[in-house]
Amino acid sequence: MADNKDFVAGIDSNAKKSPRRIVFVTRRTSAQVKAETEDQIQTFPEVLFRAAVAIMTLATVLIWIALMFNAPLEGLADPSHTPNPAKAPWYFLGLQEMLHYFPPVVAGVLVPGLVVMALIVIPYFKVNIEADGLFLKDRVKRLRIFYVVASALSIFLLFFKVYDALVPTLVMAGFMLLAAQSSPASPSAFRRYLAGRPLSYWVMTWFLFELVVLTAIGTFFRGPGWSWVWPWQG
Amino acid sequence: MAKTVDQYFNELQQTRVWRSMFRSGTGSSTLKRALAIQQNVFLHLFSTKARTRVLSFSATWYLGTLTLGTFVILIATGIPLMLYYHPSVPQAYADTKDLQFVVSSGLFLRNLHRWAAHAMVFLVFAHMFKVFYRGAYRTPREFNWVIGVILLLITLLLSYTGYLLPWDQLAYWAITVGSNIASAVPLIGDKIHFLLLGGHAVNANALLRFYVLHCMILPLTAMFFVAIHFWRIRKDGGLYSHDSEPAVVRAQARNGVAAAIPTPGKAGDERAPATPGTEAK
Repeated sequence: MADNKDFVAGIDSNAKKSPRRIVFVTRRTSAQVKAETEDQIQTFPEVLFRAAVAIMTLATVLIWIALMFNAPLEGLADPSHTPNPAKAPWYFLGLQEMLHYFPPVVAGVLVPGLVVMALIVIPYFKVNIEADGLFLKDRVKRLRIFYVVASALSIFLLFFKVYDALVPTLVMAGFMLLAAQSSPASPSAFRRYLAGRPLSYWVMTWFLFELVVLTAIGTFFRGPGWSWVWPWQG
Repeated sequence: MAKTVDQYFNELQQTRVWRSMFRSGTGSSTLKRALAIQQNVFLHLFSTKARTRVLSFSATWYLGTLTLGTFVILIATGIPLMLYYHPSVPQAYADTKDLQFVVSSGLFLRNLHRWAAHAMVFLVFAHMFKVFYRGAYRTPREFNWVIGVILLLITLLLSYTGYLLPWDQLAYWAITVGSNIASAVPLIGDKIHFLLLGGHAVNANALLRFYVLHCMILPLTAMFFVAIHFWRIRKDGGLYSHDSEPAVVRAQARNGVAAAIPTPGKAGDERAPATPGTEAK
């Protein structure tokens, strides 16, 4: 019966949510339709409504904070009186922590420059696009490269006595070794997860870890002369 | 019977004046809702429809939306703050004191501006890492990621230039520490330092430069890039959803999972008599 027709028809999509599509595909043209259908909603009003709720929730929280806590205001700027320590805004304290260990041209120019360059080229690296687990292919060779890079970095940080950057590096190296010993067939879900992580994941997570640790140390653990103080020591 | 507010609003929307302003017309049909986006100079940056899947909270945590929210709050509080502020030494500090103790709601405005600024820096970083871990930076969205990196730098500069404006000890020495880093650039470091501060040390010239950067140049630059950032979301195929990626869809189609639109042949014949309602769910 159906053989008499030379097209097939299908009705797609939920008419209440999006415009109805009726598709006629003739046998002769034999179009290959690859698109998958997904539920869609109108930007106006549904998406805008959600955005408004999100922004209003945020505004409520911020207004509450603004009513509860006053912004800091110290005495009039005095070039002849240097406070000790003189701290940059919190988001630069990771950099200031690096400045404590390295010459300004390294910590202030080279490191941030490289970070910005690295962030920009992230999407253009083929290795990220493939998103295969780092140690799943060429395991021996990649493990060898990993040992060289990780030890070089650790010795470098040890040489300059940058212990607060060394510890996150060693922790990340530990997780990477665990990933190298894991496979997608590992019994533990966590190890299966680690095994599937690509190189970009490891680099970015290391960066995030260092950023959080160094910023936290610069903010809470540094006192006069950039010496180590505990937060409760006032 | 008295008219409801809704009815009054509907009547207002039918008037000639309203129609001359809003070309999309009224009504709740899908077409009218699509036109409400498409015919609006600001909203036309967005697509008229979005996949439900990408709007789940777990997909984005709404971090980009929230960052926009902080930016809006910062503009809304920043403009009234400008009315009470002179970028001169030492008047800037006196004005900040006045905002604390004299101006009605001045304390609240300054507090909100300050905390929203910190929140924006934090949210921009959070947004970046969330996008990275979802893999939403991959082709075809690479360039929007790059614009995002530019916006991160603009946000840091906005916050940094604003940090000096109260002209108190905290501001003065934070900017001194930060601007000294610029001197470390090989060869041209001192020139950059001089250009940034308008002198060899943080002084009245630096305050004026930072004020102009903070209140005009950087916000306008940020808005320019935010507009491109939003527009590119639509142009790059909407918000990222792993399950909607062409490669994933093709793989599913190969496995016969997602063949919602019939293709000619055996499978299509079975679906030929489809009428509304016969397709379950």
